[in-house]
Amino acid sequence: MAHIKVEEGVPGIRSLVLFRPETGKHLYELAQVLLRDASPLTAAERELIATHVSARNHCIFCMSSHAAAARELFEEKREVVDCVIENKDTALLSDKMKALLTIAGKVQQSGKLVTDEDIAEARKHGAEDRDIHDTVLIAAAFSMFNRYVDGLASLTPTDPKEYEPMGKRLATLGYVLPQQQKTNGTH
Amino acid sequence: MPHIPLEDHLPGITGLLEYRKDSAQPIRELTQLLLRGPSTLTEGERELIATIVSHGNECKFCTTAHTAAADKLLGECETTQAIKKDIESAPINEKMKALLVIAKQVQQSGKNVTAASVVRAKDAGATDIEIHDTVLIAALFCLYNRYVDGLSTRLPNTSDYFNTLAERLVTNGYTRLPQGYDHLKKN
Repeated sequence: MAHIKVEEGVPGIRSLVLFRPETGKHLYELAQVLLRDASPLTAAERELIATHVSARNHCIFCMSSHAAAARELFEEKREVVDCVIENKDTALLSDKMKALLTIAGKVQQSGKLVTDEDIAEARKHGAEDRDIHDTVLIAAAFSMFNRYVDGLASLTPTDPKEYEPMGKRLATLGYVLPQQQKTNGTH
Repeated sequence: MPHIPLEDHLPGITGLLEYRKDSAQPIRELTQLLLRGPSTLTEGERELIATIVSHGNECKFCTTAHTAAADKLLGECETTQAIKKDIESAPINEKMKALLVIAKQVQQSGKNVTAASVVRAKDAGATDIEIHDTVLIAALFCLYNRYVDGLSTRLPNTSDYFNTLAERLVTNGYTRLPQGYDHLKKN
């Protein structure tokens, strides 16, 4: 059960932003800017960073919903998502994305762990300033989202099937603040 | 040296928020609302949450800045030093002790927040919104600390900088200065 009185049956961050829409508005705007607005990284690549950080933080709600979104966005290359979650090497991942995911994984632990060598490796494979900036900020943002979702013990559906419609919605509509109404909320 | 080119006269977070303004906007607005918006926690108490999380993440820039802001708001410098050493013996009320314990748990992982620490806060009179905001402020500073250190931003050359910054955080808050930050160039 959640640590605070949120609407019953609404999962994860959706229950929290319905509890406090004033802060929720800015959180959804941030997710939309970082994961959907202009960036040298594709929406799919950015969802992969979100998935990787959430998996490392063991935040099942965030990991499952962003993995579902990433699978939708990667289309026929969707198996890359499960390779990243399971930490398996895959030819579907470019050297640049591998280097950026290494940076994201370090940010997940502590910003201080990112070394000049990590940055040089990413640049060697074509990463530019904005790729590096966006990777670090997305990883930092999911260090926040994961703590928010788990720190208040929000509802985490355990059936993987429940995340599929969330993924479809995130892939097509992006991050739209849920409306205050009685629904069987899906992310 | 920062991992990406940032303006020389803007150490720490400010250079990052000026580097990418569209992502800065929701971060600034969220911070302004959480730390300066209407709340039953004082601005000084909310800065203590920012301070203890930044201290736990060993982020020098954020710890120094928010310590200075809290000191100014509280009108003394003992509380910030005391909470960094030991929350239980710090000169704060039982509710703030309980909320700072929750903030420290969030700093490590959202999963570390225990039902017992939430009960303790509620028994001391904390409302659901206060618990919500404590968790979200703590999570937000996990973002900031990773953003600032993950891109290896530089520290200011003089401690005067933090004094001026704290003054700005107390009088202007967290929204972007309408005139920008060119006046900080030393020429």
